[in-house]
Amino acid sequence: MDKMPKWADVILIPLISLILAAILSTLVILAIGENPVEAVNLMVTGALGSTYGWGYTLYYATNFMFTGLAVAVAFHARLFNIGGEGQAMLGGLGVAMVCLYVPWPHWSIALLAAMAAAMLFGAAWAAIPAYLQAKRGSHIVITTIMFNFIAAALLNYMLVIVMRPAGSQDPATARFPEAVHLPTLHEMLAPIGINFSKAAPANISLIVALLACVVVWALIWRTRLGYEIRAYGHSETGAVYAGISPVRITIVAMLISGALAGLMAINNVMGEAERLVLNSTEGAGFIGIAVALMGRSHPFGVFLAAILFGFLYQGGAELALWTSIPRELIVVIQALVILFTGALDNMVRMPLEKLFLALRKEAN
Amino acid sequence: MTVPAIELKGISKAFGPVQANKDISISVAPGTIHGIIGENGAGKSTLMSILYGFYKADKGEIWINGKKTDIPDSQAAIAAGIGMVFQHFKLVENFTVLENIVLGAEDGGLLAPSLAKARKELKDLEQEYELFVDPDKRIDEIGVGMQQRVEILKALYRKAEILILDEPTGVLTPAEADQLFRILDRLRAEGKTIILITHKLREIMEATDTVSVMRRGQMTATVKTAETNPEELAELMVGRKVLLRVDKVPAKPGKPILEIENLRVTDSSGVERVKGIDLTVRAGEIVGIAGVAGNGQSELLEVLGGMRPGSGTIRMNGVPLALSGPGSDGQARRAQGIAHVPEDRQREGLIMDFHAWENVAFGYHRDPAYQRGIFMDNAALRADTERKIEKFDVRPPNGWLSAKNFSGGNQQKIVVAREIERNPDLLLVGQPTRGVDIGAIEFIHKQIVALRDQGKAILLVSVELEEIFSLSDRIAVMFDGHIMGERLPHETDEKELGLLMAGVAGEAA
Repeated sequence: MDKMPKWADVILIPLISLILAAILSTLVILAIGENPVEAVNLMVTGALGSTYGWGYTLYYATNFMFTGLAVAVAFHARLFNIGGEGQAMLGGLGVAMVCLYVPWPHWSIALLAAMAAAMLFGAAWAAIPAYLQAKRGSHIVITTIMFNFIAAALLNYMLVIVMRPAGSQDPATARFPEAVHLPTLHEMLAPIGINFSKAAPANISLIVALLACVVVWALIWRTRLGYEIRAYGHSETGAVYAGISPVRITIVAMLISGALAGLMAINNVMGEAERLVLNSTEGAGFIGIAVALMGRSHPFGVFLAAILFGFLYQGGAELALWTSIPRELIVVIQALVILFTGALDNMVRMPLEKLFLALRKEAN
Repeated sequence: MTVPAIELKGISKAFGPVQANKDISISVAPGTIHGIIGENGAGKSTLMSILYGFYKADKGEIWINGKKTDIPDSQAAIAAGIGMVFQHFKLVENFTVLENIVLGAEDGGLLAPSLAKARKELKDLEQEYELFVDPDKRIDEIGVGMQQRVEILKALYRKAEILILDEPTGVLTPAEADQLFRILDRLRAEGKTIILITHKLREIMEATDTVSVMRRGQMTATVKTAETNPEELAELMVGRKVLLRVDKVPAKPGKPILEIENLRVTDSSGVERVKGIDLTVRAGEIVGIAGVAGNGQSELLEVLGGMRPGSGTIRMNGVPLALSGPGSDGQARRAQGIAHVPEDRQREGLIMDFHAWENVAFGYHRDPAYQRGIFMDNAALRADTERKIEKFDVRPPNGWLSAKNFSGGNQQKIVVAREIERNPDLLLVGQPTRGVDIGAIEFIHKQIVALRDQGKAILLVSVELEEIFSLSDRIAVMFDGHIMGERLPHETDEKELGLLMAGVAGEAA
């Protein structure tokens, strides 16, 4: 018998975790002498009170959907891919090359090519740790995190030495040509009479991210490969019994994971910055871990968690802008949410399970 | 009348909706061996865990030697003179016997005095109970039977007057089991009280003075062992008449299906587990591999099932199988007509978190019948599951439950249904009834025999000699990676097989 109903597992536990994180955050804000009510107010209006706020919230959420899905797919094969950051950086490199070095007639074709490049570069970056894990038993957590540093160094080199336009002092590529400009939500919604903020960076990548959620869902729960990935994730000995190759699944799952992380670059590099800069990923690869944890590795959960973290990012930025609450505190609040929803899952889960068991006994 | 060593009064314990123990009362006289028998999930282990302080009873009282005693944790149980020998030993492998015995009962911060004291006491205990072990051997250097003695000594060192043994013979050869029972006799003679938990009727009949039968959390009967018989006990356990012997007609062996020649298997740490065996299994016969766990039988099954590489020759219907590299995995084996009920259904045969209907495809999930375009045809899978659940009487008949929510017997039925319904030429069966209740054992045995009667070859590996005897048409005994000999079940007995299992060579036995 399951210990508690499914709705409690997928809704109640994250909700309680969030409330706990909120309570603790309130205490922290009180402790530095600020008004928590005002702070929440500011965050909500800042992130959700205008199409401008929504535009940023959804922009961040798009990043997190990609990286969250990346971590989630790897989780299903019981692989902990914390290299999303590096894979996304490499994805950015692929996107920049496609956008800069090929003359594109239309953004739509450029987008398809950029997606392919982003996935290819991201997957390639995940392939080496995947191979080392599958064939040599090098722990994927160690290798992927080291590959983040290598990716940063590689990007540094590419931007400073190779791709920086002559005469520029800025370690960044040239601006992408106008032809590869992706439609923003403003441009997409204007024809149907919705006036969305022009300044907000949310763009058509959001649609791609939503599609990616659906595709990942179908992959994991509807295809043979997804079946094999989940089986391997639950039991390696079981997989061997069934003739599912652990080597193959490890590599394939990591390639998909890396491709999804790389795909993020169409949002932040092609959609927003329209050039490749240093630190373009802004830690989204790591947030993806929290998003996947909170979303229970389910694409729909990842979608919701990504929106939540998008809200925290944008609301946090507003908070830093308009109050004397330091930027670091925002990081603390985000960390608390990660801590409670990810790391301290059992703290909420165990008492809740007991409660449900007691309730059920009562009912009998 | 003497005061009972242990008296449990009205013990009840529920885990959520499951009533594991319901109003259980039992009284154990001092200086006796009291058996507790019941199917898996009958509540034996829960009851003993309450007595040993792992769980707290919802209701009821524990009386030790006529005194009402609270046992909130295992420390209190030890203080009350209760010692427990678990089914899976709790020993530190790279510690010596002596260190293991002292572990947790050291006095003072320095180890040397405790060890010296323990060495002396151990000598006394050895003399008193004839429990000989070498105190300076490391645990990983001594055999399982010895390890069990260390567990018993551990309990005695902590001044246990009451000893609980949980399924103590599961890992022993028949000879080792006999030795254990002699030790228990000796302990009883010295006035210790022993509770023996087992699901084996034979042991109850051999070793105990009194026996209590548990079924579905309740104590259904307590009888003097001398006044009962296995059939009656089985009926009390299951709640209906059961067939202890498998009904089967003599085998009609046909052409060889599986031929093994000079098969060698080396495990991942480089130890040779199977050391050149030859074996043939014919159509229409069940060949049983007897042996104490860990003598290469598992590895043999795993090579045949495509789970690990080997070397030598294996022919299936005359066609040589790849034993390593491409074409040697489980998918290839299935394609060659080999179905496999693995030894460990929880780690291998099933994905415990998958729905029953997902598990019904496990291993055969690439079957075109389960595909629709690029997707899996989940509807077809569920329909197939419903059919199998009905045919194999899986309870509860709900394909949406996760595998972990079925009882051991019903989990095994799912595996057996999946493999047998593939109509394989060769069925590999490992420990088909481990952790399976008597009712399901009867059913699973019938299915295996039915498959044989359809002219299929069956290779059975089991550590339960009774099972080997009742199912096999031919018995091969494995010891230390070798086949010690082959016997026909009606021409041999447990004693002879026991000697072979202990490595005493063939014809001399």
